[in-house]
Amino acid sequence: MEETILKIFAQSITRYFATVSGGEATLGTPYLSAGNESVAYDFSAVIGITGSHRGNIYYTAPREKLHALLPLIGEREPDDRLCAELVGEITNTISGNAREQLGGGFMISTPFIVEGSPLNIHTARDTTCYILPVSWNNHRSRVLVSLQQTSAST
Amino acid sequence: MKLLIVDDSLIMRRAIERSLGRSHFTEVRTATTGVQAVDMFERYQPDVVTMDITMPDMDGLTAVDIILKRNPRATILVVSALADKATAVEAIKRGASGFLLKPITAESVHNALEDILTD
Repeated sequence: MEETILKIFAQSITRYFATVSGGEATLGTPYLSAGNESVAYDFSAVIGITGSHRGNIYYTAPREKLHALLPLIGEREPDDRLCAELVGEITNTISGNAREQLGGGFMISTPFIVEGSPLNIHTARDTTCYILPVSWNNHRSRVLVSLQQTSAST
Repeated sequence: MKLLIVDDSLIMRRAIERSLGRSHFTEVRTATTGVQAVDMFERYQPDVVTMDITMPDMDGLTAVDIILKRNPRATILVVSALADKATAVEAIKRGASGFLLKPITAESVHNALEDILTD
């Protein structure tokens, strides 16, 4: 299940960068979070998942990467408020796009944005968190996937 | 023509507004929730609405229902990241004039608005 889910989010994030920047995002090898390492960059957003799955999707990126991306979507004067908005929109987009394969039962919340502080990953009991490294234009970011299939998915 | 952009994301509202370029719209207003969208629709009477789905207070599809009940001739383009076919079909079934999938580009917004205005 984890492999399929990770593939879906890999496709979503790749599609996002291809559409918005016209450039290619390179994905690193996903790895399991140990739960105690620092995984957050300057701006992070988390979306709650309910329905066919439960858990969270996170996207976290450094300020420099967001400042490089914002002009490509027309924002000529990047600032912290726009950086926070952008990580929220990226998390929303990759989570919503995942419904193409996961179906309408994959319910997503609005994003919650965390700025400049360590990201505490809250995983449901027995749910593992996978970290998917993303590189675009020599800037790094991460997608964190912590999901468990529920009985509602059957 | 008047346009109402409904999205809880500032980035999206600004991106949609920028993508209009030299289009038909002479007045543009924005709303950030479904509740605000319904209220703005009543007061502003826009010719076209772009409507996000996942928003606080009231989701976009519920807002589409309420707006179309009050004005069955309202022209609404749903702009959402929800990529399952069922959501797009549901939006059209409820009376939306079109569905545009995020991520968007200036070109995709422009084309989607052109399409619903020529239909």
